[in-house]
Amino acid sequence: MSDALLQVENLKKYFMVPDGMLHAVDDVSFTLDMGETLGVVGESGCGKSTLGKTILQLISPSSGKIIFDGEDISKVDARKFVELRPKMQMIFQDPLSSLNPRMSVSEQIAEPLLIHKVCHDKESLDKRVLELMDTVGLARRYVDTYPHELDGGRRQRIGIARALALEPKMIICDEPVSALDVLIQAQILNLLQDLQKEKGMAYMFITHDLSVVKHISDHISVMYLGQMIEKAPTKELFSHTWHPYTKALLSAIPVPSLKNRKQRELLKGELTSPINPPDACRFAPRCNYACEECFKGTPKLEELSKDHFVACKRVRELNNL
Amino acid sequence: MAKLYTPAMAKIDKRKAREMARHHGKEVKSTPTREAWKRLKRNKLAIVGMIILIIIFIVAIIGPWIAPYDYTAPDYANWNQKPSAEHIMGTDPYGRDIFSRLIIGTRYSVPIGFLVVIFAFAVGGTLGAIAAYYGGKVDMVIMRILDVFQSIPPMLMAIAVVAVLGGGIANLVISIVISSLPARARIVRASILTVKRNDYIESAKAMGASKKRQLIKFMLPNALGPILTSFTFSVATAILTISSLSYIGLGITEPAPEWGAMLSAGKAYLRTAPHVLLFPGLAIMITVLALNLFGDGIRDALDPRLK
Repeated sequence: MSDALLQVENLKKYFMVPDGMLHAVDDVSFTLDMGETLGVVGESGCGKSTLGKTILQLISPSSGKIIFDGEDISKVDARKFVELRPKMQMIFQDPLSSLNPRMSVSEQIAEPLLIHKVCHDKESLDKRVLELMDTVGLARRYVDTYPHELDGGRRQRIGIARALALEPKMIICDEPVSALDVLIQAQILNLLQDLQKEKGMAYMFITHDLSVVKHISDHISVMYLGQMIEKAPTKELFSHTWHPYTKALLSAIPVPSLKNRKQRELLKGELTSPINPPDACRFAPRCNYACEECFKGTPKLEELSKDHFVACKRVRELNNL
Repeated sequence: MAKLYTPAMAKIDKRKAREMARHHGKEVKSTPTREAWKRLKRNKLAIVGMIILIIIFIVAIIGPWIAPYDYTAPDYANWNQKPSAEHIMGTDPYGRDIFSRLIIGTRYSVPIGFLVVIFAFAVGGTLGAIAAYYGGKVDMVIMRILDVFQSIPPMLMAIAVVAVLGGGIANLVISIVISSLPARARIVRASILTVKRNDYIESAKAMGASKKRQLIKFMLPNALGPILTSFTFSVATAILTISSLSYIGLGITEPAPEWGAMLSAGKAYLRTAPHVLLFPGLAIMITVLALNLFGDGIRDALDPRLK
């Protein structure tokens, strides 16, 4: 693919903990094209936020390659990385704690512009800040207010304006709507989509909420315990769900209808420990279809149809492929 | 019959006008600092403390001009006199006017107390900030060294330092600074550590802010609250330590009218002339109380959740 913006190859991030090695991100590879949205789904603690932060080098990776815009950024040292920051930005989960409580709205939005010395004088800076506030739909009267005075939706709009300020090519959205109520969620998601249409940047959208990614993504990757177990274009994933874990996830989306009551696939147990995991399918202990083979060796991602990858040893027999 | 316009009515009118102005027209900008000030103003005790402190400062500045007598001039004929119209707080065992000595005394305990705390925070705070910011081994080494300091009771430590270096104001300051270093370092370290965990530090990193900018624009302003609060309390403690050391003769000594030294001078006459002890004691108590009230006020104003 020539228009790949971000290529992640065999990315690993292990943390040393007293009991051993915590495999937060374990051998993850994927590609994000220019202007598209990749949804990364998984339950709490599966390493999806760590994946996002590792790509932005907020946490340095243990091994693997991150190729952004044709450059391997996993080896770039911190000082040079600052120059790459404007191209990749992040929107955080909790808009209140990710905003400096001692800065007013205008100062928050001006901060990235000041850091990267984009504007040459005070006037152009103020103008740019107001422009950005208009872009994200934040009324100009809030320019001198502080985050604690605003509601969650407006706070997240500040976060978005701040991420947009440097006109990045990619924004990593780490659960940007999970702290908001449903109405505001929809507003923010629509805003993000409109902005993408207008400016053509790529999103990596990290969330645990499948209905949100269905709405916004072109591709979806499902993560389980630090590994990617299924990835496919959104439509394909929702029409042909193959991995038992993804099936369980999808069946957990509530359907507001009495006629089509669906059988829910319930999972037993909880996430197994990511510390020193055995060389086996990570999902096997909770899987309803696990056989002996599943506990021997980690399954590899296989392309079963165009662009649809699954990591499951029994996927063929279970889905009659 | 026309109603009289009473001052109470005028007050109500004024308040209404203020509220109108708040609702229409220009609203006062609300910054975190201004909000804190508003909360502080509502706390009556803190305001009382603040006013007492301001009075003490003014007295310290204009002391020599308002003191009715020369604070060093002895008058052996009139020693240990009870309070009277002439000497409103009486005289001490050398016949000196206690009121004048208390006034000049504000130039010792209070400024030295502030000085000590400023030094202690400058040195200890920097160490604490470095420990918290770099973490890991740096943190380990700095904090263990300070632990050693802290394992000696502060008072004992101060006595030991004064014993080695000798008396005098400079040595007194040094000894109290050294003995209070670990506590100051801990306070700054703890507040930086709390702030460091916040998402906005990570967001500053993601924006590409340099370490210096992260520290100055993101960490320090947010860590300042607890540091400021402990500052006022520390001054109170420092004043007590200075007085205690002076009382046992290791700090500021006669004829300087340091309050602790004055207490010490009066201790032999507790039965016959209690006022010699009473007034310096009250002066220390009121100053420390004012600092503590003000400190409480600042703490509540900066972080209303802690109340």
